[in-house]
Amino acid sequence: MDDFGSESDSDYASYWRDWFISSRGNEYFCEIDEDYLTDRFNLTGLNTEVQYYQHALDLVTDVFDLDCDDDMREMIEKSARHLYGLVHARYIVTTRGLAKMLEKYKKSDFGKCPRVMCHSHPLLPMGTSDLPNMKAVKLYCARCEDIYNPKSSRHAGIDGAYFGTSFHNIIFQVYPALIPTKSTERYIPRVYGFKVHAAAALIRWQNTQRDDMRRRLRKMEVETGFKDGEDDIEEDDDNDIEEDEEIVGAVELNVATAGVLVPAVERGGVA
Amino acid sequence: MSTSSGSPESWIASFCSLLGHEYFAEVSEDFIEDDFNLTGLQTQVPMYKEALEMILDVEPEEDDEDEEDEEEEEEDVSGDARDTRPHAGERRHHSRIASDLSVIESSAEMLYGLIHQRFICSRAGIQQMSEKYESNHFGVCPRTNCNQTRTLPVGLSDIPGEDTVKLFCPSCLDVYVPPNSRFQTVDGAFFGRTFGALFLLTFPEYDLTRSGNDTVTSLTRSQNSDSDMLNGVFKKNIAPGLGPNKIYEPKIYGFKVSEIARSGPRMQWLRNKPQDINVLDEARQFAEEHGETDDDDESMNLNGRAPARRRPAGNARLRQQQRQNQNGSPMAIEANGAESEL
Ligand SMILES: [Zn+2]
Ligand SMILES: [Zn+2]
Repeated sequence: MDDFGSESDSDYASYWRDWFISSRGNEYFCEIDEDYLTDRFNLTGLNTEVQYYQHALDLVTDVFDLDCDDDMREMIEKSARHLYGLVHARYIVTTRGLAKMLEKYKKSDFGKCPRVMCHSHPLLPMGTSDLPNMKAVKLYCARCEDIYNPKSSRHAGIDGAYFGTSFHNIIFQVYPALIPTKSTERYIPRVYGFKVHAAAALIRWQNTQRDDMRRRLRKMEVETGFKDGEDDIEEDDDNDIEEDEEIVGAVELNVATAGVLVPAVERGGVA
Repeated sequence: MSTSSGSPESWIASFCSLLGHEYFAEVSEDFIEDDFNLTGLQTQVPMYKEALEMILDVEPEEDDEDEEDEEEEEEDVSGDARDTRPHAGERRHHSRIASDLSVIESSAEMLYGLIHQRFICSRAGIQQMSEKYESNHFGVCPRTNCNQTRTLPVGLSDIPGEDTVKLFCPSCLDVYVPPNSRFQTVDGAFFGRTFGALFLLTFPEYDLTRSGNDTVTSLTRSQNSDSDMLNGVFKKNIAPGLGPNKIYEPKIYGFKVSEIARSGPRMQWLRNKPQDINVLDEARQFAEEHGETDDDDESMNLNGRAPARRRPAGNARLRQQQRQNQNGSPMAIEANGAESEL
């Protein structure tokens, strides 16, 4: 967990970036190097995007010395945060930035995948748009390749553009060893041990899609990336020692029997 | 027998109001008092009888008079305190020692959980859970493309002590860890493997495309009801969070990451769904492929497509064949009232 030092406040203006990244709610951000911030080339185009650009930049780089009232100060503060976010999106796809985000990823600073079958795989922050003020930040799981909403409301309001649409994919191109093994492990809805037909039919269809993909990849001699033993195209994906009987449609609950209809033999709920 | 006069709240009500117990329904005393519903639980829970009495707020009659003597009588009975003979109850009770109380308390929680697993699959229990579902007690799916669909608490095992409670999302058919750590001490077996799917079969009309921020609405069948339904459920309710525009497409600077790349997508099948949902009508497909016609005459339809059937046609032997041919086709069990209940 991060430390949310409560004594840090905007009083510590001389270390604005320190304060910013250690503030509660800003756990997803890494610290942008001073060198990067002071190279104007990296900030190209941001002067039109950010109000009070020069003051905001001064604040972020700890050279702010404007004498102004609190309202003005507040506006500049807000602009500084916006500027930091926009530069952050560019910084995290640089070699230095990727390395810093990698460290945070390894510590699960961005949280863990809520999907049970992902077994707490660490997440990466991402945007679904590169333009600011469009979409809030989401979290990407490289194991299930899906995106999730941050569970804390303090993260739900962060602009996704501060991370961008590419960073979380670039990081796996730069560090291919980080690509997690994929798994076919999944949840299968059941009623008293029997699969539910509607869900089972969809799952069968999805399994054929997966097998088709594996065949395509194999033909092109590309690694499929699945766990050992899961790499084979299973002809009976429906597996199961058990009967393939399925329940169709709605059920009429029988009060007398519902309580005791527990299957005699238990298998894991996951197949 | 049941005296709740001493305490302001019943044991069940106070258990359900504990932090982290928000997913639990209040099991009715009627359900617990029917021995039939408790079949097999005696052997699963230590100090079963005491635990059951605690759940029902039952105290042996003498306790009212002899409360003060309780401490002194301890020695008398410590030897057979764990006796399970049914009629030994009164004496045992009477002399509970403190350590027994904590054993009984945890047994009561275990017993309540196991009864709860059964209760929420009964008519009264599932009804109560539907009210909790409507009031958003179970939270929403964390997956972005599920658009905050309401989830249902489930267990991955029916055996206590194996795993904690999870949330099942009917929109993506996947299970998630509850967002708050207070649920990470709640046993999944107290909800069990059956409840989630049974809930959807029992209440097929809930519109699963609705977000948890909206109020719950019901789907209704139109005149030509067969076109709304597939494989026994509303087509609209078949994994509404999955399918072509609900799959995350990885991109770098606007360009899709190719499948051929080492870091390319490998899991899209998990979130996929056929564009034409009728592809999932395996029975109809089988019939078409094998020129099988059904006994009833609804197999032709004006738009040139055979109607979606709610259950596979043919007899068991045929279905068996079909399963072999197609790598797993439906062999349907009809539960009671499947036809009439929708
Ligand atoms: Zn995941
Ligand atoms: Zn979902």
